[in-house]
Amino acid sequence: MTSTLKISALTKRFAEVAALTEVSLTVAAGERVALLGHNGAGKSTMMKIILGLIPATAGQVEVCGAAPGSAGARRQVAYLPENAAFHPALTGLEQMRHYLSLRGESPSKAMELLEQVGLGPAARRRIGTYSKGMRQRVGLAQTLIGTPRLLVLDEPTSGLDPVSRRDFYALLDGLAARGASILLSSHALTEVEARTDRILILSKGRMVAEGSLADLRRRADLPVMLHVTPRPGAGEAVAAALPGAEPRADGLVLSCGQGEKLAMLARIAALGDLVADLDVAPPSLEDLYSHFSKRDGQ
Amino acid sequence: MSRILATAGTEFRIALRNRWVAIAMVLMALFSLVLAAAGSAPTGGLGVDRLSVIVASLTSLAVYLVPLLALLMSFDAIAGELERGTLPLLLTYPVSRAEVLAGKLIAHLAVLALACAVGYGLAAAAALWADPAASAGLPAMLRLLATSVLLGATFIGIGYALSALSRRPSGAAGLAVGLWLGLVVLYDLGLLAAIVADNGGWFTVHGFPAALLANPADAFRLYNLSASEATAAAAGVGGAAATVPVWQSLTSILLWPVLALALAIAAFRKVIP
Ligand SMILES: Nc1ncnc2c1ncn2[C@@H]1O[C@H](COP(=O)(O)OP(=O)(O)OP(=O)(O)O)[C@@H](O)[C@H]1O
Ligand SMILES: [Mg+2]
Repeated sequence: MTSTLKISALTKRFAEVAALTEVSLTVAAGERVALLGHNGAGKSTMMKIILGLIPATAGQVEVCGAAPGSAGARRQVAYLPENAAFHPALTGLEQMRHYLSLRGESPSKAMELLEQVGLGPAARRRIGTYSKGMRQRVGLAQTLIGTPRLLVLDEPTSGLDPVSRRDFYALLDGLAARGASILLSSHALTEVEARTDRILILSKGRMVAEGSLADLRRRADLPVMLHVTPRPGAGEAVAAALPGAEPRADGLVLSCGQGEKLAMLARIAALGDLVADLDVAPPSLEDLYSHFSKRDGQ
Repeated sequence: MSRILATAGTEFRIALRNRWVAIAMVLMALFSLVLAAAGSAPTGGLGVDRLSVIVASLTSLAVYLVPLLALLMSFDAIAGELERGTLPLLLTYPVSRAEVLAGKLIAHLAVLALACAVGYGLAAAAALWADPAASAGLPAMLRLLATSVLLGATFIGIGYALSALSRRPSGAAGLAVGLWLGLVVLYDLGLLAAIVADNGGWFTVHGFPAALLANPADAFRLYNLSASEATAAAAGVGGAAATVPVWQSLTSILLWPVLALALAIAAFRKVIP
């Protein structure tokens, strides 16, 4: 399979700030990749380099087989900037017609695209009167023009309400199924967890983790939390049987490594009637995220 | 080409919404009518038709007003997009920076041409209504219109270059005003001072005509005054029109827009969004 995006040893410095250091990654056709990282980690900088808006200090970037920012790359890449802005005097429809013309598509598709992002009723109003989420949707609509092979979306769901977020990820699924690659950045970990194939974590400009969620879980080897609720009156007995458990108001909390999980479950099950309920909480993406970004960080 | 036209269409729409079209047309119309009224005094003594006289005074007006309007419309073109944050997205589209500028230029030039056509047209109509013989001045009027558009293109191009160089609309506006004052007002004063100091030496004979040709606004004035042979009706720098061949001022008028646009494209290419 040919990769849509290939980055090797990418480094970017702004005067004394090292925004990116030796970052390498590839994105295959049809893959949805999420880029995570703290504020100032270098996510937007990496996207701007991929689009050819700013030059890299060192390293190679290949976008759809072409140099970033070249005419060939620009034809095949769609971009949603982090704070999508448009001329306030134009209506959504006029702005979209303009973008369609620039991509050599028929301007008559503008309404259809705006309807796809739920902006049909506001299409003939000036963008200056739009809410933040509505402007964000104009930004999304313009990424759907033509058939881009790579979509680079900088915090695409910021400013969107929960229903629109769901609709947005449904749109992405459709695009990925058609073979488009998607690279998106986000601070909303829970939605990224369910809707992307691979996760990249940047910390201070370095790639500190890369892989599917399951990969990352395995590699981080964070403890699993077990929440045991004893039967009324059996609290003492359960605590005695499970040394190391931490008493809480509503039961006991145990943490154990991934490898000991089954053995621990067996021990709890052996307590039989003494236990009323048991919950197992795997490490969340938040936990994984702080694990990986802290390792090399502060 | 379709990308250039699409950009031009959108920019023209924005100019309409920002009332630039209306402001430019009203301004040109007002000033032209005032000049037409002032020029309606009997002209028999000069031996030229009424319209030619009006063209001479319109030339003196246009030399100030056309560069001013052109700079006012263009200083925001790139700095404004940078400030609004619309430039990064635009530059990821498959459109070259030269095409973006060409589209903006067509739109801004159309606004300017429209304003000049309305203003000069009103003045011409007034002159013809008062004196049918004034139709002898129509070619001069058309030359004035055509060169006004070229002068506008020059200053629009310079405005884009300033806009790209300063990156902030407030900075670009300051540069534009400074440039206008420098090229249109102070330049001529400087030349006059130099002539007085030179007292008929080398500068007056060789340096002065070259200096006039080097300034697009002066070249515009020279061309229109010498081509319409209405020199007698104009004073000041216009008096020098007689000593400079028409083809030289015309060449300057034709070269400047190309140079200004090349400058603008070079400056825009350096902008990192
Ligand atoms: N034009 C610039 N000049 C100087 N430094 C810059 C510039 N652009 C970005 N930086 C620096 O590069 C680093 C990475 O910034 P970047 O915008 O890529 O972060 P980010 O991961 O997108 O953060 P956020 O989540 O807040 O959007 C920051 O330290 C920032 O200050
Ligand atoms: Mg960012």
